[in-house]
Amino acid sequence: MIRWLVGLIGLALAATQALAADPIEIGVGYLGVAGTKSTLSLVEQPADNDGLAGARLAIEDNNTTGKFLNQHFTLEERRIKEGEDPVQAATALAEKNGFIIADLPADALLKVSDALRDRGTLLFNAGAIDDRLREADCRANVIHAAPTRSMLADALGQYLVWKKWSRWLLVVGSHDADKLYADALRRAATRFGAKIVQDRTFEDTGGARRTDSGVTLIQRQMPVFTQQAPAYDVLVAADESEVFAAYLPYRTWDPRPVAGSAGLMPRSWDAAQDQWGATQMQNRFMKLNSRRMTALDMQAWTAVRMIGEATSRTNSGDVKKVTDFIRGPDFSVAAFKGTKLTLRDWNLQLRQPILLVDGRMVVSVSPQEGFLHQVSELDTLGYDRPESKCKLK
Amino acid sequence: MQAEMRTRMLRVGLLSGLVLAASPAHAFIAYVSNEKSNTVSVIDTESWTVTKTIKVGQRPRGIDFTRDGKFVMVAVGDDDTIQMIDAKTQAVVDTLPSGPDPELFAQDAAGKTLYVANENDNTVTVIDLEKRARLGDIQVGVEPEGMTISPDGKTLINTSETTNMAHFIDTSSRQIVANVLVDARPRFAEFKHDASELWVSSEIGGTVSIVDPGKHEVIGKVTFEIPGLRKEAIQPVGIGMTKDDKTAFVALGPANRVAVVDTATRKVTKYLLVGQRVWHMAFTPDEKYLLTTNGVSNDVSVIDVAAQKVIKTIQVGELPWGITIAP
Repeated sequence: MIRWLVGLIGLALAATQALAADPIEIGVGYLGVAGTKSTLSLVEQPADNDGLAGARLAIEDNNTTGKFLNQHFTLEERRIKEGEDPVQAATALAEKNGFIIADLPADALLKVSDALRDRGTLLFNAGAIDDRLREADCRANVIHAAPTRSMLADALGQYLVWKKWSRWLLVVGSHDADKLYADALRRAATRFGAKIVQDRTFEDTGGARRTDSGVTLIQRQMPVFTQQAPAYDVLVAADESEVFAAYLPYRTWDPRPVAGSAGLMPRSWDAAQDQWGATQMQNRFMKLNSRRMTALDMQAWTAVRMIGEATSRTNSGDVKKVTDFIRGPDFSVAAFKGTKLTLRDWNLQLRQPILLVDGRMVVSVSPQEGFLHQVSELDTLGYDRPESKCKLK
Repeated sequence: MQAEMRTRMLRVGLLSGLVLAASPAHAFIAYVSNEKSNTVSVIDTESWTVTKTIKVGQRPRGIDFTRDGKFVMVAVGDDDTIQMIDAKTQAVVDTLPSGPDPELFAQDAAGKTLYVANENDNTVTVIDLEKRARLGDIQVGVEPEGMTISPDGKTLINTSETTNMAHFIDTSSRQIVANVLVDARPRFAEFKHDASELWVSSEIGGTVSIVDPGKHEVIGKVTFEIPGLRKEAIQPVGIGMTKDDKTAFVALGPANRVAVVDTATRKVTKYLLVGQRVWHMAFTPDEKYLLTTNGVSNDVSVIDVAAQKVIKTIQVGELPWGITIAP
């Protein structure tokens, strides 16, 4: 405590004295994949700079603070095309940047983290929600700003159970990511006392997401697909691949709400979030990027802000010092979610509340009241320390 | 809980009756901004009732009297202005050119210059109160919020919520002279009356930093711990300092409590249970009572300052936020 105070005093002094010297340059790289996935809903089609736009705003925010501390942040952007080697791109970024924000698929992220391990570059996972990156495949040089599938599923599960919608009809897509999400939802049902009355698979038989014939066929298909289900309270869809879930609301055979990949969705952020001072953040984002802020934007913003928070607290741009501070007990970051976000030291996952949104409004924020935990209620979301398979190395 | 509340209220009612009977105290008028209902509730401190509800602009938050006591200024953030309520007629009579999304503001000792935190564009706007004209802007950190002026009027303090600093601004040159890093999301700043210390609350950090205003250093910290309550729920916001500077009251937001702090030891001596999500507070001029705004329970708690007890709860509009009491 005292050492910390002394440190703060030193910082305050440094803050006022350092103005004349050249600023400390802090380089941040952004590594993403070019092109965006196709969504069923046209309004949900991600922008080309999805994620990147959040990092850009955080660099501006860090620089506003940095001008009082004589620190200057830069962002070097790199998007790889399909077939391009992520390791090569990451290595090139690491030449000038001690920190890299990564929006990469799990396997590519693992390759990059292993390749950069000896350089001391600190990676921030802004995009991949795979639990395995925080469990069996965790890495000591990767901080996870993105939530996990299990955190998202638990956030939804807690709310559905609180609402007493405890009989779930689970509909799962046929792709791997859909199955992983379904596993997380099944785990949430078991943890919080919901019952999956039936498990159905929606086969992806291919086809275009937009057609000139429109919704006529879908309107016939979806009621048929959801008929003859056992009694249930809510249909929970696992469709990360954007094949069918968005077609379900208002088309189920039984009049039931939809949640999961459509209807009520768990997200780290939403353009409708306006609590806890978020309006200012939403306005800043809109002003800079001329569009609304997505969950991926927020995850990238948070990652860059984590760097800014640590450089201002340590008054240093040294990667090792900053990394140690972020991994240490005094680190926290504010991100407009009503509580400070801290790091799970056993797997470097950022603890965070999860919003439950319907596309227009924030319906609720999990963890829900009453889900208790001896350390942090945020640890009621996702895999907790005692069950972790992560050994950081 | 309900029953408990009722007994508390009953006891409180009796107690306050006694207090009032014992000392035929002056009646004061408190103005409470209701963030959600776009109104200002007027409370009479003799009867402890709402005597009037004034319609104002959208999202009223920061609220304060002009030094001459003639007007109540209320920042209506979503209308990008500050409205002036005539204290006599209790109606909105004018507006100030505050800049976008004003939230909190501070005025100099003479009541001539007003400084407004504009959260949206990282500036503090300077306004000539007599001419009601904008004099200029000062660039500060990300999301300026807390505002206060040193007792000698020479230094303006602004806290920026995402930059996590208290900016010291020279009021004559309008230049930043120092920046002091505090814990996350600093929301409110308050000087001791003798100017020896500046107290800054950090909502997300969960602490109050005590800054030496001469040396621009954090010289101490007030921390809070409430048994049975998770640490994240303790979110310090409003601070009230007694005139003798011996006792500070700190509103703890969703912890639903006001902490009583001994300023000599910088330790909490007592936690007073108030309404839900307590934001800001104001003393009656005789310092007998301290009124707090409770955002989620839509009420105002009345604290007997000497007894350090909550004696009454007054229902106001939706999501009460700021409060000021006529001088």
